[in-house]
Amino acid sequence: MIRYAYFPGCASESTALSTTLANEFVFGRIGVDLIEIKDWNCCGATSAHVLSEALGLALPARALARAEADWPELDVVTGCASCYARLKLTNHRVRQDGGTRYMVEKILGRPYAAKREVLNFLDVLSRDDVKANIEEALMRTFRGKLRVACYYGCLNIRPCEVTGAKDRENPVAMDEIARLAGAVPVDWGYKTECCGAAHQNDAALEARPLAGRILHNAKECGADVLLTACPMCQMNLEMRQAEYIRKNRDKAVGRQTFPLLDVVLPPPAGKTIPVLSITELLAIAMGAGGERLRMDAHHVPVGRVIADALRDDAETEVFL
Amino acid sequence: MSRIGVFVCHCGTNLASVVDVEKVAAAARELPGVSYAAEYKYMCSEPGQQMILDAIAEHGLKRIVIASCSPRMHETTFRKMLKKSGVNEYLLEIANIREQVSWVHTDSGVATEKAVDLVRMAVAKVAKDEPLKASSIPITKRALVVGGGIAGIQAALDIADAGHEVWLLEREPSIGGRMVMLDKTFPTLDCSACISTPKMVDMSAHPNIKLLTSCEVAAVRGYIGNFTVTIRQKAKYVNQDICTGCGNCEEKCPVKVKSDFNKGLSDRPAIYRLFPQAVPAKPVIDRAHCLKLTKDRCGLCEKVCPLGCIDYADEDREYDETFGAVVLATGYGLCDWTAMYDEYGAGRFADVIDGLAFERLVNASGPTEGHIVRPSDGAEPKTVVLVKCVGSRDPKKGKPWCSRACCMYAAKHAHQILEKIPGARVFVFYIDVRTPGKNYEEFYDQTRKDGAVYVRGRVSRIYKEGGRLICQGEDSLLGKQVRVAADLVVLETAMEPAAGARETAALFGASADANGWLQEAHPKLRPVETQAGGVFLAGTCQGPKDIPDTVAQASGAAAKAIGLLNKDEMETSPMIVAVDEAKCSGCGACVDICPFGALSLEILTAREGRWERAERFVCKVNAGLCQGCGACTVACRTGAIDLRGFRNVQILEEIDALWT
Repeated sequence: MIRYAYFPGCASESTALSTTLANEFVFGRIGVDLIEIKDWNCCGATSAHVLSEALGLALPARALARAEADWPELDVVTGCASCYARLKLTNHRVRQDGGTRYMVEKILGRPYAAKREVLNFLDVLSRDDVKANIEEALMRTFRGKLRVACYYGCLNIRPCEVTGAKDRENPVAMDEIARLAGAVPVDWGYKTECCGAAHQNDAALEARPLAGRILHNAKECGADVLLTACPMCQMNLEMRQAEYIRKNRDKAVGRQTFPLLDVVLPPPAGKTIPVLSITELLAIAMGAGGERLRMDAHHVPVGRVIADALRDDAETEVFL
Repeated sequence: MSRIGVFVCHCGTNLASVVDVEKVAAAARELPGVSYAAEYKYMCSEPGQQMILDAIAEHGLKRIVIASCSPRMHETTFRKMLKKSGVNEYLLEIANIREQVSWVHTDSGVATEKAVDLVRMAVAKVAKDEPLKASSIPITKRALVVGGGIAGIQAALDIADAGHEVWLLEREPSIGGRMVMLDKTFPTLDCSACISTPKMVDMSAHPNIKLLTSCEVAAVRGYIGNFTVTIRQKAKYVNQDICTGCGNCEEKCPVKVKSDFNKGLSDRPAIYRLFPQAVPAKPVIDRAHCLKLTKDRCGLCEKVCPLGCIDYADEDREYDETFGAVVLATGYGLCDWTAMYDEYGAGRFADVIDGLAFERLVNASGPTEGHIVRPSDGAEPKTVVLVKCVGSRDPKKGKPWCSRACCMYAAKHAHQILEKIPGARVFVFYIDVRTPGKNYEEFYDQTRKDGAVYVRGRVSRIYKEGGRLICQGEDSLLGKQVRVAADLVVLETAMEPAAGARETAALFGASADANGWLQEAHPKLRPVETQAGGVFLAGTCQGPKDIPDTVAQASGAAAKAIGLLNKDEMETSPMIVAVDEAKCSGCGACVDICPFGALSLEILTAREGRWERAERFVCKVNAGLCQGCGACTVACRTGAIDLRGFRNVQILEEIDALWT
């Protein structure tokens, strides 16, 4: 049994409902035991560290210190890019700098040595033994009929000095996992560009195009589905789609933004693109039904695309 | 008593305005051993020198001290003068009372005192000087040029035209280097091949030039005037004496390998000529890809060769040759941007190419016969983005230097695209536009008038969208992010030293700088010489250059080599180290410290009796390599090594004089 201390993150119980269900399904099938950290708390996400550096380090450290005390032999894993960034950075800083460790321990009132690693789901799913388990757990595959654009987001990769990511411009870990399920990853250009994160709420004017360009490029490069590894990215890309498409339907995005060069990019196609997390994709391939995964919770309907991809698979019942 | 003469110079008012020269001369008269002292306005002038010569004759002077400017300035002048007098020219000391006194002090009293001190030291040292005699070594009247690009070709032709024998060594199967890969050359747009191939033919026909292709320098022994070079001739597998270059074998060979010469844009067979106009115009077999040599099948070329030139048993050979002078012209390579620029796709996009690949595309004798097309689908690009300074001027990528030629060839690329493709649009992303050359700025200006759009900023990334390449970057004049949807992207990548250049130069005792460019002896005044005597630099091996600068430097290097080869013998400085074998313990500390490889340990038979033989190591000095730096004399624990002219006893005498 492969075991990890698990930091679910706030989104897991709210906006990422379908993803959380898929996580439980998939990790149960592939023999990975996620042990929830007792009394975990919000990592501070995008807000805390802006207000106070100490708060931004102490919040994640509280959860990490609990995990270290309860399961000193387990690495910590989280399914959210933002949580991952905060936990990983805290771990990194405490390891690198004795002063930071002293400060954090003082605030927490308990020891925290950052002895174990902080990982994200992609790290776990990319393990060779886990990959073998995934292949074993598959009930049906997409047999090359589902073209997916794997979106990693910025915080799963950057800053590279902290995350240790090697393929900083063109990561392929998620592509390889998707390929196991018979999906075809497309070669596209926005794998690690920012989705706008929390700025979609407080700076909509600037942030909307950030998400829009990702959707645009994914569609241009022929993707049927956008895959994510973060509930925040998923929400931004999914929830804002209708609005983005409506606003830009008749407008060439290029002309207004780049007056001098006058190079006009084609307007975004007026179609929506479903957004799934990588674990949702795996769950479907492992036989989970749409109802069980609460696919109806998605803002952009998923059923049709998945059903089309699975239709001719005689071994399985049609999805939804 | 040693009869010493002291001569104090005024150097016009340079010295005399600060130092009381009469007082210095008067003080010198009181020093032990000094028989005569005088001062004069300009010692280095004709009457000044005559005054010294007269004094030598009149007073029977045996040793001379001149208090004047730095010895770097006029020591040789006064040595030449002494040759006429009968006094050995090494019984001369210069007290530097200009650079070290009058130019750096304002207080006359202090300055004069210091000048007297320096004269006292010089007098003490000159009393211990020994007569020395310069020796000479014969010079081998033959030059070696390493590298057969335009720099090597020009240097070889110049040396050969001056009447000296030249061997030109090239590691590729043909000479020509980078220049023959180019299409047209800025700013005059004359065809590169049309101006370089005739020179290549001249080379092969020149009676004084011997061409060595597919060769490398394996080892070097010796020094200026007499370098013994071990040349490694790589196997060609084709008898070059019989082959007529008919080309049957090249047509029949079934192997297809990506052509390096065409930057992978076309294929070549395993038995091949680098390009149709190659010199020598005879094919060689690429042993890594030949089916016969790798898998022992095929053998087609042997069957179709009408003259039986093919020799699969050919092997690499090594042999020694001696040369008097060496010109290094090892050239440059382009940096491997695919390993450095993930953000430009790291080679994943076929339509992102480098400048040299574009040269092959636009070249009439290239793989597309001069049609500019996208490598991915062969379509004609309508929008082309040129990105300058890819690698260059980027310390983060480890290449802080400017590659110098890119601004101009990017302008040329833009011009060629606009000329060849009607309605084409060209965007040039740049940091600065640098056009310091004759007619360069005018050419750049014309390119902009032709319609090229210059965008000041770097491209931050390139990605695919809708089948086109989107170049995103900042227009730093607008302060905005811009995106250009391009059909073809040309990266004007950094020049870097050719692979192996540093190692080859090191064999000859020449060094490279931190970036790998070969180091000139002085950046301004000795730009074609190296610290190693008799080794000269030509072209881009010394730093990025365009063709005019390369050719000019090659001719400069050739002039230096000719100057050396014109002599029959070469005088060597006698101020080199000597080893007292009785004192030498053979520890080898000096051998490790010598920067010129002039010292070695050899076995000395101390005594040989009937039953026993005592042997030990002692240090030996190679008089040709020793530059007289003195580093070893400091390292020597037993004081066995002494630098002639600066022996320990002389230095100590000088120091003692200061305290008395």
